[in-house]
Formats: sequence, structure tokens, C-alpha cells
Amino acid sequence: MSTRRFTSPVLIAVLAAVLALGATAMLVNIFQRQQEARNPFYRVVELNDEIVDPAVWGKNFPLQYDGYKRTVDQVRTRYGGSEAIPRTPTSVDPRSVVAQSRLEEDPRLKTLWAGYAFAKDFREERGHAYMLDDQTLTERQAVVQQPGTCMHCHASVYTPYKKLGGGDLMKGFEAMNRMTYQEARTLVSHPVACIDCHDPASMQLRVTRPGFLEGIQKVKAAQGISNYDVNRDATRQEMRAYVCGQCHVEYYFKGPEKRLTYPWDKGLRGDQILAYYEETGFKDWTHAETGAPTLKAQHPEFEMWNQGIHARSGVACADCHMPYQRVGAMKISDHHVRSPLLNINRACQTCHRWSEDELRSRVETIQDRTFEVRNVAMDALLALIGDIKSARAAGADDVALEAARRHHRRAQFLLDFIEAENSMGFHADQEAVRVLALSIDETRRGQASLPRSGVSAGATASGVPAGRPK
Amino acid sequence: MAGNRAILLAGVFVGVLVGVGSYTFVYAKGYSYLTNDPQACANCHVMQDHFDAWTRSSHRAVAVCNDCHTPPGLVPKYLTKAQNGFWHSFYFTTGRYPDPLRMTPRNHEVTERACRKCHEELTLAIDPAHADGGRGGLTCTSCHNEVGHIE
Repeated sequence: MSTRRFTSPVLIAVLAAVLALGATAMLVNIFQRQQEARNPFYRVVELNDEIVDPAVWGKNFPLQYDGYKRTVDQVRTRYGGSEAIPRTPTSVDPRSVVAQSRLEEDPRLKTLWAGYAFAKDFREERGHAYMLDDQTLTERQAVVQQPGTCMHCHASVYTPYKKLGGGDLMKGFEAMNRMTYQEARTLVSHPVACIDCHDPASMQLRVTRPGFLEGIQKVKAAQGISNYDVNRDATRQEMRAYVCGQCHVEYYFKGPEKRLTYPWDKGLRGDQILAYYEETGFKDWTHAETGAPTLKAQHPEFEMWNQGIHARSGVACADCHMPYQRVGAMKISDHHVRSPLLNINRACQTCHRWSEDELRSRVETIQDRTFEVRNVAMDALLALIGDIKSARAAGADDVALEAARRHHRRAQFLLDFIEAENSMGFHADQEAVRVLALSIDETRRGQASLPRSGVSAGATASGVPAGRPK
Repeated sequence: MAGNRAILLAGVFVGVLVGVGSYTFVYAKGYSYLTNDPQACANCHVMQDHFDAWTRSSHRAVAVCNDCHTPPGLVPKYLTKAQNGFWHSFYFTTGRYPDPLRMTPRNHEVTERACRKCHEELTLAIDPAHADGGRGGLTCTSCHNEVGHIE
């Protein structure tokens, strides 16, 4: 009896203590969250348009800055991502780690780019943190004299442009385009930084790159919207893609003044961009083996994303590459920009309620198929290059080779448009295969145009003349 | 003697619990959870996005959180609130929960019934086409996941 009288009050006391402990823990937790929500950030430093160094911005936004700094990571996915390859530093190139060589992975690329600097050195792209170093130190620099134009996307160039132009962004842009790479390199010191996408006063997204300001204006003009100012007219969600589209696009250097130009006058699709180049007659170089006036496509991620289902559903680049994450009571964009395949949970599962394995296999199915067609297109093109080479060796003159060279140029650009795009078809799967099919058709026409090839150019296998889709 | 001291000890601890508990209840706006006000569900920051999305959804004018996330009837309703309230408090305090959030099967069942309560005419008509009656995987929200709130 006395034991029972003793134990039940003790049990009650222990239970009450545990519950009180839980209630206190909850109280403190709620208090913490409320404090975090009250001040989304602490203004430690005053930011303005003169401050380029992201470390200074990072004092006000430590969480975002932490993520930004993590773009130094090197993690592979099946078709993308960079592998950390050790190398011995030299006096010219102090890098002790680089990414894997794409030319060694697929030696066919050397034939595709014969006579061009990319055949000399082409590695998988690394994260944002390396954009300036990797371009400064690539062996391509030793082969050709690059213009200052490159800084547009390889450095935090907004403030340097404005300084150079006496406060005028466009004037600074034009002045730097005319410099040599080495001259311009002394004016910049950081890879892409906070200031390139954010307004220092409001932190709102903004476009700072002249190439995109002009490019998107042309796209909108073609749609009947005149005088489009992206920083005035774009919605917040559109800006979450446009700030990335400032650089992840196809481009060329126009004229002797090397003005960076996005070839979007006729639209954003691969064949529309090719049509623009055909009209202007631009070429990047003369192919060493065929003599064709060839073009190099450059990472058209923005263009391809625009053709895909995600763009159509209003999903922006940042939604998958910089997904929202919760840190305490705050919801921030993950500034560790990377492949969504390395962060499937936040990048995909917010909308797609399937397991990680299922989602990864869906993506890789698309990529495997695109890769297969890309390889078919590349083998076909290599056969055309071989045929033109033989015809040249057999004494065919420029007149006889004219048609074949034109088809080589067209086939190669369309193939490269998918090859250079960093998603192996995922950004717009059917569009990727459509463009590759056009490339294969150009190759076929090129081979048929050569003497004694025995194939008729104007007919498909069924004998129906092939129509060119517009 | 020992018994009296134990009772005193229990009294002190119960007193502390009542004190801390009441303060936490008021500070955390515990009383708001007894209402139907959707704003109460967004007291906690985790639900802010869901609340924001609901204000733009097709159901905003016809259903509040409780209409779809608690069962009908006073007792089942408050039992569900109590159960979810306890586990939400537990997981958010310990921080051990997955992100993005996933519904538990029991809560999913509650929502499925809510769809079927209002849209019975339609669901009865199409159930034969879904042989499992919507229970074995295919549910209303499998396809209509944006009607309440997309997130």
C-alpha cells in the first residue's frame, strides 16, 4: 500500500516533467522560428552597384553565399557534370585539378572541329566558380586570339562595363568587345557574382547583360511586341529563367567590332537560328578537311528549354537548378547551382510524386535515346566529311563540292546544337530528336550531292520528295 | 512521510507543466487551431506556401483547410486535429521531417473522402471504371492535384 502511494505520485511527476520538457522545447523552437521570420536578413553592409565582390554581399546573405561557394564541387551525372582530374601545375597554368577532356571521351569531335580551336582543348564544363579560370587557362587561348567579348559571360562584368563606359553599360560593352582577351581580363576579377542577377537595393532579379537585353528584344519583336525592356516588362517567374538565359545561349561575335550577338531574329529553334546564319552568311571557321564554312554551336540551354514541356508549364531554370529549400523558418533559393539529378528531392519531387529512382530513370531514358540518335547523326556526318575529303583528293573543285559543303555546314550546326546543349535532350526531348533528324537529312543530301554517290538527293526511300518542315 | 514528499514533488512538476503548457499554448496561438480559420494553419511557416497556393486555387471559395483535411463530425474532426497537431509539433520541434512534405496514408484517406463527399454524383459514376474504387493507388488527387493547392 505504501509502495503504491509512493510510486503513483512519482510516475505523475516524471510524466509531467517529460511533458513540460517537450512544451518548453516547442516554445523555444517556435520562438526561434518567429525571430527568423521577423528578419529575413540582417543588413551588415550597405550594398550598391559598385560592389562586385560576392563575399561582401555574402555578409548580408550568408545562407545564399554558402550555396554559391559550393559551385566548386565536381560531381558527375550520367551525361553531364565534371570529374575532378588531377594535373601537374605549370607556370602557365597553375590549375591542379581540371575536368575530363571531352575530346578524349569522343575523338570524333576532333574531326568535327578540325581546324578550329575546340579541336585543341575541350573539357566538360565545371561549376560557376571556375568559369573565369577555366577560360583564361584553356589551351584554346594559345591557338587563337580571343576578343574581350568573352568576358560578357565568363566574368562578373556589369560594374567593369559601366566603369569602362563612363556609366553607360552599352558603351562599356562595345568598348570591351574591341579589346583583346588579355586586355579585358585585367578589368575583371570575379566569376559570375551576386550583382550579375540581383539589384543591390531591392535584391530583385535583373538582367545586366547587353547580349540578352538586345536578344530578347528581337525575340519579342518577332512575336509582335515592340520596344520590349526585359527589366521593365518581364514577370518575376520569367526573370527566374531570363537571368540564366543571359549566358546559357547560342551566340556569335558580329563583324570586326566583335559585338556579341544572340542570333534570335527568326526564333529560338535550332533550324531557325541556322536560317539566320544562312541569311547573314556568318561562319566561325573553314573546316580543315572539307573546306566547308562551318559554325560552332554553343550551349543553347535557354533556347532548348523554351521548346520543352517545363517552359510551357511555367517552370523556370531556377525551379530545378536552384530549387527552394527551407532553412529554419526561411525559404531560400539554393544558390548551389547544379544538375537537378544531384538534388532530385527538392528539384523534381516538389511537383512529381514519384520515387527518386523512378524520376532518375525517366530522365535517363530520355537522355539515353537522345544520345543514341546523336551518335547516329555524328557517324553519318563523319561519313560525309570522309566522302568530301575523298572527293577533294580525287580532284573535285570548289564548284563540284559547293553543295556538299553547304550541307556539311548545316548538318554540323544542327548536330552541334544538340551536342553542345547541356541536358542531352532533357530540356526538350522531342525537339532534340527533331533537330538531330534534320541534321541526318542534311548529311544524306550532302552525300547524295557528291559525284557518283548513286543516291538521289530529292527523294526519300519511298520515292516521295522530302518536304522541308518550316 | 516519503509518500507526502512524493505528492509534493508531483504537485510541483504538474504545476510547472500547467504553467509552461499554458504559456506555450497562448504564445503559439493554440486556441486558433480550434477554429476553422485557414490562417491558423499558416501560423507555422511550413504551411505558408500551401496557404498562399490555396488562396489562388479553384477551391478557395468553397472549401477551407478543414473541409478537406479533417473528417466530418465533431469528434472525428477534433481527434484528427489533435493527432496531427501532436505529430506536427513533435516533428517540427525535433526538426526530423522530410522535405518536400508528404501526406500520411491516413490523412490522404481523409482528403479522398472529402472529395467524394462533395463530388459524390461524379465519383459514383466513374468508380466502375477505376476497379479499385479509388483506394488501391488511384485517387482523385492523382490527377487533380492542383485543385486545393499545388504545393
